[in-house]
Amino acid sequence: MKQDDIMVCRCEDVSLKELHQCLDEGYTTFEEVKRILRIGMGPCQGITCGLLVQREIAKYLNLPVHEVKTHQIRPLVTGVKLKTIVEGVKNES
Amino acid sequence: MKANVVIIGGGISGVAIAYNLAKKGMKDIVVFDDNYMTGGATGRCGAGVRQQWGTKGNCILAKMSVDFFERAQEELAYHRDIEFKQEGYLIIATNEEEDARFTKNVELQNSVGIPSRKLTKEEALEIVPHLNEKIFVSATYCPTDGHLNPFLMTDAYYHAAKRMGVLFFYHEKVIDIVVKNHKIEKVITEKREVKTSRVVNAAGGFAKEVGDMAGVDIPVYSENHQILVTEPTEKIQGPMVISFAKNIYCQQVPHGSFIMGRSDPNVEHNHDIKSTHQFLDEMAQTAVDILPPLGDLRVIRQWGGSYNCSPDRQPILGDTEQLEGYYLACGFSGHGFMFAPMTGLLLSEVILNEETTIDLAEFHINRFKRKSKTEYEHSVV
Repeated sequence: MKQDDIMVCRCEDVSLKELHQCLDEGYTTFEEVKRILRIGMGPCQGITCGLLVQREIAKYLNLPVHEVKTHQIRPLVTGVKLKTIVEGVKNES
Repeated sequence: MKANVVIIGGGISGVAIAYNLAKKGMKDIVVFDDNYMTGGATGRCGAGVRQQWGTKGNCILAKMSVDFFERAQEELAYHRDIEFKQEGYLIIATNEEEDARFTKNVELQNSVGIPSRKLTKEEALEIVPHLNEKIFVSATYCPTDGHLNPFLMTDAYYHAAKRMGVLFFYHEKVIDIVVKNHKIEKVITEKREVKTSRVVNAAGGFAKEVGDMAGVDIPVYSENHQILVTEPTEKIQGPMVISFAKNIYCQQVPHGSFIMGRSDPNVEHNHDIKSTHQFLDEMAQTAVDILPPLGDLRVIRQWGGSYNCSPDRQPILGDTEQLEGYYLACGFSGHGFMFAPMTGLLLSEVILNEETTIDLAEFHINRFKRKSKTEYEHSVV
């Protein structure tokens, strides 16, 4: 299977080939490839691609997987509609 | 190691300064940053580029920066798309006081060549039909304002500077600046010492501390400003919508997500960049009030970043009488990203003792000594 047919990040349509190009440019942390390629910025927030990226970086740098930092987890845990938050505030007050 | 100049901070200001110096032929330029590229304020900003300001200085910086952004893709020969989208900023006036102030602002903006204009409520609704018509009286609009990808714009400068020989050390923290007999001697990082007589402080949220390292007192402080982003959706909004009174800026980026932020008037001055429930609640209420259809969009992420604020909300650019060879590019008060091309150009001119493209008096740190100082930028969220 060709590397540009393999999707690493399903939310943002980032292929394994693009990830490898980015690693070749010298960006070898999750935080950097996220900002260049949008990996992990979609609705799943890196839940799906996080481990795949970590493993690819480990392979590329020839490090054990546990030595490669995972991505920064930011709120929210799951997508919530803005109007749901507004209703929530109303119900609290 | 020796350097002609050490730039502390590899965010948008630092890379732009490095690029401009290298372009003018300077060799041995070294940039240090304690984080990954765009790990600081640049990568946390709202990705907007606007020229609608309330002080002449900010208007000129913004206008000339947009002129550069229009040719940046080509000039920097960047292999990715910097995603510069010029679909304007729409700033709504919510009362008569704002309406009067914006009329003056537009006159000022037009006087320096910025194509902004006043809009009636009806004209504004033609540009952003989903605006809540009940909450505003008029608006101003500048079609050449817009959006730019902060990560990729920084990366574009970085690649261009690197090709010209600039040395970048990310993930390497500067821990001291050694000054002897009122002259800079060297910069010490976690990993090395660099002999240099020139240092540029482009440290964003940590500008104050990088000043203290060299005994230079800079009247700036940092405060947390938060942002959230929604899932992407089909394109419904061209311009960034801003209200200073309602405390919101909100744009749909080319990717389809909506990015929005607001400030907290009671925020403490420190390096906190955490996300809070309070922000999420207030942001959701404000956004749905002003742009009702956005209520159906899911928030997928929120984050915070530092505004490095100066007393008059205008940047501090140039040298300082306090220490020879020490240069300042800080105090952007939330707008360092959009001013970066001019920051880079002006600092390179000051450092190389060239005549500056525009008069720097209004941005020089000495302005705070003048008693007659009255300019203050009110157009800040």
